[in-house]
Amino acid sequence: MVAVTLWGSLRVFTNGRASVEIEARNFKELLDGLVAAYPGLRPQIERGVSMALNGRIYKEAWFTEIRPDSEVVLMPYMQGG
Amino acid sequence: MMDTGHKRIFKVVGTRPPRPDGIDKVTGRAQYGADVSAPGMLTGRILRSPHAHAEIVSIDTSAAEALPGVKAVVTSKDFVFQDDDFFRDVQENCMATAKALYDGHAVAAVAAVSPEVAKAALKLIKVTYKQLPHVTDVDLAMRPDAPVVQDGRSLETVPAGMSANVTHHSEFGHGDLASGFAKADVIVERSFTTAATHQGYIEPHACLAAMNADGRADLWCCTQGQYNVRTLCAALLGLEASQLRVTASEIGGGFGGKTTVFIEPVALALSRKSGKPVKIVMTRDEVFKATGPTVTSSIDVKIGMTRDGRITAGEAHLRYSGGAFPSGTVDMGGQAAFAAYDLAAVRTFGWNALTNRPKEAAYRAPGAPQAIYAVESVIDELCQNLNLDPLDTRLKNAAKKGTLSSYGPTFDDIGLIATLEAAKKHPHYTAPLAAGVGRGLSAGFWFNFGGNTCVTMNINTDGTVSVTEGNPDIGGSRASISMMAAEELGVPYDKIRTIIADTASLGHNDVTDGSRVTFAVGLATIKAAQDAIAKMCARAAKLWGIDAEAVEWVDGAAVPAGPNAGKFPPMSLAEIAAVSFQTGGPIAGHHEFHADGAGVSFGVHLCDVAVDRETGATKVLRYTVFQDAGRAVHPAYVEGQMQGGAVQGIGWALNEEYIYGADGRLQNAGFLDYRVPVASDLPPIDTVILEIPNPGHPYGVRGVGETPIVPPLAALSNAVSRAVGVRMQSLPMSPPRILAAVMAHDAKV
Repeated sequence: MVAVTLWGSLRVFTNGRASVEIEARNFKELLDGLVAAYPGLRPQIERGVSMALNGRIYKEAWFTEIRPDSEVVLMPYMQGG
Repeated sequence: MMDTGHKRIFKVVGTRPPRPDGIDKVTGRAQYGADVSAPGMLTGRILRSPHAHAEIVSIDTSAAEALPGVKAVVTSKDFVFQDDDFFRDVQENCMATAKALYDGHAVAAVAAVSPEVAKAALKLIKVTYKQLPHVTDVDLAMRPDAPVVQDGRSLETVPAGMSANVTHHSEFGHGDLASGFAKADVIVERSFTTAATHQGYIEPHACLAAMNADGRADLWCCTQGQYNVRTLCAALLGLEASQLRVTASEIGGGFGGKTTVFIEPVALALSRKSGKPVKIVMTRDEVFKATGPTVTSSIDVKIGMTRDGRITAGEAHLRYSGGAFPSGTVDMGGQAAFAAYDLAAVRTFGWNALTNRPKEAAYRAPGAPQAIYAVESVIDELCQNLNLDPLDTRLKNAAKKGTLSSYGPTFDDIGLIATLEAAKKHPHYTAPLAAGVGRGLSAGFWFNFGGNTCVTMNINTDGTVSVTEGNPDIGGSRASISMMAAEELGVPYDKIRTIIADTASLGHNDVTDGSRVTFAVGLATIKAAQDAIAKMCARAAKLWGIDAEAVEWVDGAAVPAGPNAGKFPPMSLAEIAAVSFQTGGPIAGHHEFHADGAGVSFGVHLCDVAVDRETGATKVLRYTVFQDAGRAVHPAYVEGQMQGGAVQGIGWALNEEYIYGADGRLQNAGFLDYRVPVASDLPPIDTVILEIPNPGHPYGVRGVGETPIVPPLAALSNAVSRAVGVRMQSLPMSPPRILAAVMAHDAKV
């Protein structure tokens, strides 16, 4: 299981929980697992999210490996200028 | 320049070779968007709404179509309906359907044989409008009784009962705010506003579109991302990507404002309808009214601090408007607001509201300057109240490796403390201040990112190298990419030429944004060079009759790897290239990937200003930029980015703003009335580059271009506030605004 930290406004879709546990070995499985466990997250995940893995931000790396002891933070999809 | 200890010894990286585009630009040979032409080309012009908000009852184009010389007229009906919200918003912004959503919103377009005929044709298009109530202020737009700009656009994150203009809500942070504020000796709570500003690029948007009867099309345009232009235009016109080739011109500034499309789909639609190439060049008035600008913002910040300068809690409420379309930019502001600090309790609450303004476009670190301006202003006021040194206070609270960031992840190696310490020991910080002069400083932060990237490198038979990349060069990337290729291959910089490919010539590349190119394209270039090196080693192995694994690349040549591989003299790149046709054919390196690990960046800006209390005019006397820039591949370009960001931020802080009248129309759509700083307004901008290597890049490169626009807003505001003795809370601090603040203050004293 991987502990995923969510940003505050998503907590209404996770029964108020700031961190949830998902069975996942990579970013894709994490996203699929989040949608399966918390369907209210689907619209946000479909619009796009980034993931911070041990402090490093990934935008679209589905197959980035996640280890059980990794720090995983879900973030909005990055934009820049 | 300060090196913080990267181990590799570089031969090319870190030097300052002449810029490859220099001669073309100073001699006028560089081909910008408006410089492209084609035989039989028509002039395209766009009719724009004179109303801030109006229902489009009807559009009668018959008289325009009957005018001799008019070859095509298009409206929203000439585009493919988009199911997806994102694409539909882009399309709607290019050409209104049911409603004109802001002053300058496009409603129709013509293609004619001359600019004069096109202009006359626009006057013959009869648009019947039904004017609607409008709103251009973000706080007013959030009221329940505000005119509704677009209905049904609120995301699921927005609580019920809010104005329909509120489209987005986000919250970031951790810890217990109440407990944090209870530990504070002093709490300051202030509200701030920032105006919308334009990216202010000198080159207006321009394009030439040519679509054949068989549906194949070519498009030349000034853009920060030709692949994104292809994606958007193909969707809006119903084309297959392979049938639309987009070529990016030289670019006269973008800063985030050329990361989408405005006129390009219109030119294609006109070309398709007329069967002729169509060129559209925006006027400056159009650029201001219908492209760019940033979000407008209204922000409340509350920060608690102990007497010795430790921040106990920070809270911000951010209300942004990205114009008439939904925007998520407030997310970036909410995440960045407190990112510089190590806080036990921090929370940001963000909202986006629709207003009758043009659709926001990115501008260097979108969303961060506004939020950090508000936070850094309150920190400065706390330092004043508690008689604390503002740099020492920031050092005391600075985020570092291991800090749980305000936006969620734990920081890895970051350079904020080194940047603050560099500022502290710089002579500027301790230089005496004359009477009436204020000194301000601010920290700043930006994320940076990588993205989809593709590079090809051809080894020419004469020993030179051609690098093909797919990102328009808006900040010196052709030089930095050539330098990284030279470094990796071990050949001189002047043996390499880097060009920007069209969309048919190279795989997809994301837009030039997010400070991504030197990081991501540089990384792909290094990988492509390694690919080419492996092939050159294999060719040398063939010639030597040994295994490819027994050859390695040293100083630009293949050499046997150790004594067991045999004794052969080094074979240079030029020698291998010269016989490449005989040893297996052309040699090329290639790499495509999605780059991650860009590494965040921090900056600290320090400035001295004098304010004329009788006129409210501000003079910037001294300005120094300190930035954790990672490995500076070409330091002159890095300094240029730092100086450019500072200058744009100075303009944002002191003068630049979109001014709307009571009728909702833009009052200052031109550079005479929208005042950007010019050279005579500015002191020399001093720069100090901190080279803290990014562990996510083999040379330690991190993004540079966006961070420097983040700190100037607060640095200027803090300096002005200290100079006049009044805490400024609105940007820009134009002379009338400063004068009003000073007079109000003096009246109370």
